[in-house]
Amino acid sequence: MTATVAVVGASLAGLSAARALRARSYDGRVVVIGDEVHAPYDRPPLSKEFLAGTYSLEDLVLGTAADEALDLDWRLGTAAVGLDRATRSVRLADGSEVRADGVVLATGARARRLPGTEGLAGVHVLRSLDDAVALRADLLAAGHLVVIGAGFIGAEVASTARALGLDVTVVETQPVPLAGPLGARMGGVCAELHADHGTRLLAGTGVARLVGRTRVEAVELADGRRLPADVVVVGIGAVPNVEWLAGSGVTLEAGVRTDARCATNVPGVVAVGDCASAWSPDAGRAVRVEHWTHALEQPTTAVATLLGTDPGTRPTVPYFWSEQYGRRIQFAGTRRDGDDVRVVEGSCADRSFLAVYERDGQPVAVLGVDQPRLFTRWRRQLRSAEPATPLTA
Amino acid sequence: MVPVCPTSALPPGEAIRVTDGVPAPIAVFNVDGEFLAIDDTCTHQDASLADGWLEGCEVECPLHASCFDLRTGMPSGPPAKAPVRTHPVTVVDGTVHVQVGGAAEGAA
Ligand SMILES: Cc1cc2nc3c(=O)[nH]c(=O)nc-3n(C[C@H](O)[C@H](O)[C@H](O)COP(=O)(O)OP(=O)(O)OC[C@H]3O[C@@H](n4cnc5c(N)ncnc54)[C@H](O)[C@@H]3O)c2cc1C
Ligand code: FES
Repeated sequence: MTATVAVVGASLAGLSAARALRARSYDGRVVVIGDEVHAPYDRPPLSKEFLAGTYSLEDLVLGTAADEALDLDWRLGTAAVGLDRATRSVRLADGSEVRADGVVLATGARARRLPGTEGLAGVHVLRSLDDAVALRADLLAAGHLVVIGAGFIGAEVASTARALGLDVTVVETQPVPLAGPLGARMGGVCAELHADHGTRLLAGTGVARLVGRTRVEAVELADGRRLPADVVVVGIGAVPNVEWLAGSGVTLEAGVRTDARCATNVPGVVAVGDCASAWSPDAGRAVRVEHWTHALEQPTTAVATLLGTDPGTRPTVPYFWSEQYGRRIQFAGTRRDGDDVRVVEGSCADRSFLAVYERDGQPVAVLGVDQPRLFTRWRRQLRSAEPATPLTA
Repeated sequence: MVPVCPTSALPPGEAIRVTDGVPAPIAVFNVDGEFLAIDDTCTHQDASLADGWLEGCEVECPLHASCFDLRTGMPSGPPAKAPVRTHPVTVVDGTVHVQVGGAAEGAA
């Protein structure tokens, strides 16, 4: 039995890891290190209810009364700046050091920024609570919003801003938004929600530069068009927070590289959530999953690996959801280009449907728009159909 | 007591949402022949738990997958933090009845 576990990153994956340690009767010291000053909070509402003003700060809190009993040693407001693999010590920005027998890396990801826009007022990214507070304040005083990137976060911000009464334009480099996660056909269907609700979508268009001296005034497109903007939100993906591990000997490869059981190449060090690129037997390669349910569930496996016990979890299929313009979008499974898509319930035109993705005649993924009941049944079916693939890389 | 449906209309593994005659929607489940009722609306957001997935004596919310114990109303894990209320169910002459806001309030 080890005496101290250090959890680096105090958000969903970190908190879930701490809970999983105690659930497995780990009775050593658990130190949770987080660079944000806030106690763990939930990120999905930051682009939805919190940005809309219907959720309070309190609604975002992830911790519960039951967590008090976990007896965690919190180090909030201090970044980890290094890891020494020989002694498994985590060095903190305040000069202190946490010596641990086991380390859980859960430092997540940060929003990618548009180069050259630092210091220009009115330009936002959305990842943290502080980002959301600043963006909401700016949106309430604005008339024209331009969102760069029509991924999930960009689309959700556009949707929330429309509901707040702004004039919204979304600019997307790819010809079809969300083609990566949903495939071109269903990406196109979901993108139609923008037009339904009066948001202008300019797809297949690059951004040349942002115009403005101290505050943004317009977005200039690659084709020369200028879109007036009081506020710009850049939603062009996220980069894993792993730079602090450089030189530690932990293998970094589009995130912290782990096997299917969350083990890194360094004994006693596991990685979870958005910062981790875990071997996926299903995909046949390492995948960095950036979804809520994954960050919630994966630490159970990581903690079992750390403690040397059997993970004992049933297989799950990847799952994420989004909410746009009041529509509930849910997706489960693993999609690849070339999969066939079939609408099995409802219709795309009604914006309420269930689509099944098939490969070699077998269902591999499912997309639901405003079909929670049916979607849940399909998600379950995919889960029970998971083949018993070997877990090692 | 609010009549819900004939027992034959609610086979094992199924759920029904009750909206008439109740202050807030209630979900009634048939768990292997035993009828159990809870508030239908998830305490996290406004999903209908009657749309969820029944497994053993728990229902998994169709949106973000918190599981609620049908006997106690307690969520087993995030994102839901608060319990749903539970409601006593009786069968009278082959009809399922639910008693709203009865003795079996959600365990705290
Ligand atoms: C606006 C928004 C909306 C979203 N909506 C959805 C949705 O609808 N559905 C869905 O499935 N997913 C959604 N997600 C994704 C989901 O929130 C993430 O997958 C989840 O937060 C990942 O959790 P994590 O703990 O791995 O990482 P994070 O939540 O990123 O947390 C990592 C934490 O570690 C901290 N940290 C970083 N570096 C250090 C360091 N060196 N030392 C100490 N601490 C450090 C970070 O500041 C942060 O607090 C959304 C995300 C965002 C930002
Ligand atoms: S609405 Fe039920 S868990 Fe979110």
